Amino acid sequence: MRFTRAAVVATAAALTFGLTACGGDKTESGDTGSSKSFAAGSTMEKLNKAQAIKVGTKFDQPGFGLKGLSGKPEGFDVEVAKIIVKELGIPTDKIEFVETTSKIREDAIVNNNVDFIVATYTINDKRKERIAFAGPYYEAGQNILVKADDATITGPDAFKAGDKKVCSVTGSTPAETIKTYVKDVATQLVLFDTYDKCITALDGGQVNAVTTDNVILLGYIAKNEGKYKLAGDNFTKEPYGIGVKIDDKDFRSFINDTLEKAYKDGSWKKAWDDTAGKFGAELGTAPAVNRY
Amino acid sequence: MSVLVDKFDVFAGGFWLTLQICVLAAIGALILGAVVAVLRISPVPPLRALGTAYVTIFRNMPLTVVMFFAAFALPALGSNADFLRIPGLDVVFTRLSTDLPYFRFALIALTLYTAAFVCEALRSGINAVPPGQAEAARSLGLTFGQNLRYVVLPQSWKASIVPLGSVIIAMIKNSALIGFFGVVGDLSQSADQLTSAEGYAFIPVAIGISIGYLIMTVPLGALLDRIERRQAVAAR
Repeated sequence: MRFTRAAVVATAAALTFGLTACGGDKTESGDTGSSKSFAAGSTMEKLNKAQAIKVGTKFDQPGFGLKGLSGKPEGFDVEVAKIIVKELGIPTDKIEFVETTSKIREDAIVNNNVDFIVATYTINDKRKERIAFAGPYYEAGQNILVKADDATITGPDAFKAGDKKVCSVTGSTPAETIKTYVKDVATQLVLFDTYDKCITALDGGQVNAVTTDNVILLGYIAKNEGKYKLAGDNFTKEPYGIGVKIDDKDFRSFINDTLEKAYKDGSWKKAWDDTAGKFGAELGTAPAVNRY
Repeated sequence: MSVLVDKFDVFAGGFWLTLQICVLAAIGALILGAVVAVLRISPVPPLRALGTAYVTIFRNMPLTVVMFFAAFALPALGSNADFLRIPGLDVVFTRLSTDLPYFRFALIALTLYTAAFVCEALRSGINAVPPGQAEAARSLGLTFGQNLRYVVLPQSWKASIVPLGSVIIAMIKNSALIGFFGVVGDLSQSADQLTSAEGYAFIPVAIGISIGYLIMTVPLGALLDRIERRQAVAAR
């Protein structure tokens, strides 16, 4: 730390006037030290001083957050988290990744178990009651996976007749959404704890389709060449956001600024190409961050 | 805690489904367990070996593994457990006859697993009957079947009641697993839906489902205590 007190005060003052992206041009190396300063008392300053950060992600979501045998989670969510952490002036190897399954995401933020969450986290109003979202940084959409030779299912309306059965994952948003399309939940919908089991059920013929966000389904299509296909277009919009504490407006703005910067400098696209992009999933245009 | 009021229908629906599978699995396990217990004490060595093998396998395998086999190995073997679509019974237990077989798979797993423990509970009761009773009955010329029916089982029942109660209570708690093997809408899976998809705080939901399970288990325990006391008085 070779900053003089005056320089720190000056920078802090500049930051409070909105020049938040200051000094971010050296972040590409991934090993920036603590050569950044933030407004006194902000979450950014606190984290930068501590030089440690806890990020919540999923450990079981191929392409987004998957913890394999290497012991380090990999995926688009993880890369996005690294972009934000770099911008905070913390080396990315200082990140402690915490598994935040869908069940505990809100609780993890409210109870301060993590500093922020990037975990295929769909922004919705119900969740906004307890936490706040920066982003979105990606817009997925729910779709349906069927066997390659199945021509009877072309969209979610196929379930309205009541004879087609569909599988999804317990407690997921797609599972709730598909409930509005099926005629009878008890006879048409089956839920497991992982999508792998749904694929097994599809192979065994117990269900006719698997439904969830397109990016996850594309992972299965890529893994099993020619065996499955998507049935029609995405029928929902799932904007993935970054979960932060509900009252931490500064931190939310900081993450939004960082995302916009990452859209421009190409690091966002690179993160995608290195991870979920390998499955053939489309990135699309950068979604406009929602500064509510 | 408002979730308990707002989503009462979800908790109630989950409770009803869990109750259904517990009632069916308890009936199945008591019948199957009694059969296995008879096998284990029968005078025919191959039948005894069969009973012992059953108990050894199902008592020592984790329930999750048994569930896994039921949910994924049965379909692989080409069975959707259609023999459980029992006419009449499926009027009350509607899930029995649905095209999605996972309720039946879960029922099979829970029954097979619990039956091993039921067998051992019954056998502990049978062992509590003084050997002289069975010997006396045999010397009177009663067959094995008559001996069991008129002499041994009526007395063993008293000693079995407490361990049997524990087995059934354990089974009710174990039923929380079915939601993770394809059965939609039981108590534990409802909790998952409320906390993950709908974003309710975990603790109130956990309290809600705990109450659901306690409603099933605590009265059962109290009932068994009563039966035990009455039996003990009668035995004097």
